[in-house]
Amino acid sequence: MTHRSDRTLDVRALARVEGEGAMHVRVRGGAVEDVRLEIYEPPRFFEAFLRGRRYTEPPDITARICGICPVAYQMSACAAIEDACGVRVDGPIADLRRLLYCGEWIESHTLHIYLLHAPDFLGYPSALELAKDRRDLVERGLALKKAGNAIVELLGGRAIHPINVRVGGFYRAPAPSELAALARTLRVALDQALDTVQWAAGFEFPDFHHDHEMLALTTDGRYAIEGGTVATTGGLTFGPGDFEQHVIEEQVPHSTALHARLADRGRYLVGPAARYTLNRRWLSPLAREAADAAGLGEQCRNPYRSILVRAVEVVYAVEEALRLIDAYEPPARPAVDVPPRAGVGFGATEAPRGILFHRYGLDAEGLITTARIVPPTSQNQASIEDDLRRFVAARLDFDDERLTAECEQAIRNYDPCISCSTHFLDLTIDRG
Amino acid sequence: MDDDGLPTLAVWKFASCDGCQLTLLDCEDELLAVAGRVRIAHFLEASRAVLPGPYDVSLVEGSITTPEDAERIQRVRQMSRTLVTIGACATAGGVQALRNFADVDEFTSVVYAQPRYVSTLATSTPIAAHVDVDYELHGCPIDRRQLLEVITALLVGRKPNIPAHSVCFECKQRHAVCVVVAHGTPCLGPVTHAGCGALCPAHQRGCYGCFGPMESPNAAAEAGLLRATGMSEADIVRAYRTFNAAAPAFVELSRVTVGPPPAAGPGEVETERR
Ligand code: SF4
Ligand code: SF4
Ligand code: SF4
Repeated sequence: MTHRSDRTLDVRALARVEGEGAMHVRVRGGAVEDVRLEIYEPPRFFEAFLRGRRYTEPPDITARICGICPVAYQMSACAAIEDACGVRVDGPIADLRRLLYCGEWIESHTLHIYLLHAPDFLGYPSALELAKDRRDLVERGLALKKAGNAIVELLGGRAIHPINVRVGGFYRAPAPSELAALARTLRVALDQALDTVQWAAGFEFPDFHHDHEMLALTTDGRYAIEGGTVATTGGLTFGPGDFEQHVIEEQVPHSTALHARLADRGRYLVGPAARYTLNRRWLSPLAREAADAAGLGEQCRNPYRSILVRAVEVVYAVEEALRLIDAYEPPARPAVDVPPRAGVGFGATEAPRGILFHRYGLDAEGLITTARIVPPTSQNQASIEDDLRRFVAARLDFDDERLTAECEQAIRNYDPCISCSTHFLDLTIDRG
Repeated sequence: MDDDGLPTLAVWKFASCDGCQLTLLDCEDELLAVAGRVRIAHFLEASRAVLPGPYDVSLVEGSITTPEDAERIQRVRQMSRTLVTIGACATAGGVQALRNFADVDEFTSVVYAQPRYVSTLATSTPIAAHVDVDYELHGCPIDRRQLLEVITALLVGRKPNIPAHSVCFECKQRHAVCVVVAHGTPCLGPVTHAGCGALCPAHQRGCYGCFGPMESPNAAAEAGLLRATGMSEADIVRAYRTFNAAAPAFVELSRVTVGPPPAAGPGEVETERR
């Protein structure tokens, strides 16, 4: 099986990723001829059936695109609709949104670190198998994830598809006493988050670097989460309103997720590594210290080390949540009024997996005329394929089973969210 | 039962958002205990290790939207002793069933430049439209406590205890103020299946029906109630056509857009229904 110069590698159902996809590799004459990340998640047509719905509905409806990052969908939808209606939400309501989003970052990153990704580094098929030998580790992960979910449940009403989010803010704002109870949980979580960084720093990271242009939101004075200006490592900056001028989406035959590229510049990467590389200086001192101790430099260009960035972002999100809780003064009303008007609005926020863009057109009655959603994973597909091509080329002497396992791990570095991008890995290696 | 004597559990995904299977991983306090009492034989979101069937219990998430999935569900059924659908997608077609009321080719052309690459059915249908289902769990997403109840009940071989009454009932159980009575807010609670613990009314919001229809809802009374809160006929149709759009009772309810508004408030609506 090994050392054949022509072969096909097929992963027919990728495990431990959110959604369903496959990978196809074709090797001819000892060289990698083609690598395709196939996303065969059935399309669900959200952009089509949002038309004709009321402008108040996208936060609930688009949440259903993804069970792991529903808050991101709700926040980008609210931002775009408020933009269309010419309303700005700030003060304590905006702070509550950031707090809710911190909860999703903690929950989603911890799920990925402990349940989906760490087993790769430790040689287990799943966290449940890992728990048989190291129950303490898995229990720590579950406790940290639970702390993130506790934020989402308190502010959102439930952990998956929160019911308390609306255009303009919330249906109900929490009492300071409710947040105080949460703060106690989060103080314990902060230690667990710091331990997670230290633990993951001990993993063995293959030597692999990429040079993709990276793209993330940035905001002065703090680590971008719920809004900001788009910036790239290549020096581009633009507001969410210009997103579609710069990001071109194309359909490719092998994927139900569209492929994105930067106009005149090509593939790019979004997600934690991009955020870290562009925004590191805005991390809290504690999170930055943890990053330094874990060996992350000014930039993160090794996809395997993205697990460390996620762990650092969890430290940041826990601290930020504590800060927001500390400063919390309940708003006079849980939401501001957002009267509809005809127009187009744009919203972009940092989902755990990277920037998530929404655009809605509204008519004067507030019915949606057009909708456009660009999720993070579809933006990353081209960069993932490029990395895999180089990755496979350096490992052609592995047998199919080992190469498949390593490709799966390589893909998991990006924490692809395939339900979002329409889902994962079925690997085919065609060696002829 | 396999060699360990542990029953085997499989989790399958069709068209969905992963939220319902994630509910299992979100049982942080119980996950390791559950994992100790069953053998997780197929759960791609959680494990690379896949054991061959047959499986004692299969949890199925998602709806059938492609020709391939219509065949795959037959194989899943053949491999499963007990098959439980989890969530609105698997039980009622999910939000993707909104295509059932539209032209799917037109939908495809809105999203894709090259619709011919995309293989999809004109409808999104629940699992029970294709194979026999032993048990259905409602919700978008399902409720964690209900999921644990079903798994534990099936493990010991008893019938799961899942109430079939309406959200109104849960609202009263938790002593939430009725948002219809107090604020005139539209609420689908009287016709919606219990299970969430009346989350929305507890957050000062009307129920939007994410648990799907309860058994035998009172269509006329609910239509009148919604109209009395100022909803237009189009608003009412849209309210039913969201996350459980293909559930027969909601299809039926969305058609009841004529009739006089009720004289009674929601409390009486609830009494009348019972
Ligand atoms: S029922 Fe709702 S939560 Fe469950 S998979 Fe479908 S969309 Fe997701
Ligand atoms: S109608 Fe009133 S009692 Fe019934 S669910 Fe809604 S708020 Fe609760
Ligand atoms: S109150 Fe209704 S919409 Fe809200 S969570 Fe419960 S069933 Fe879903």
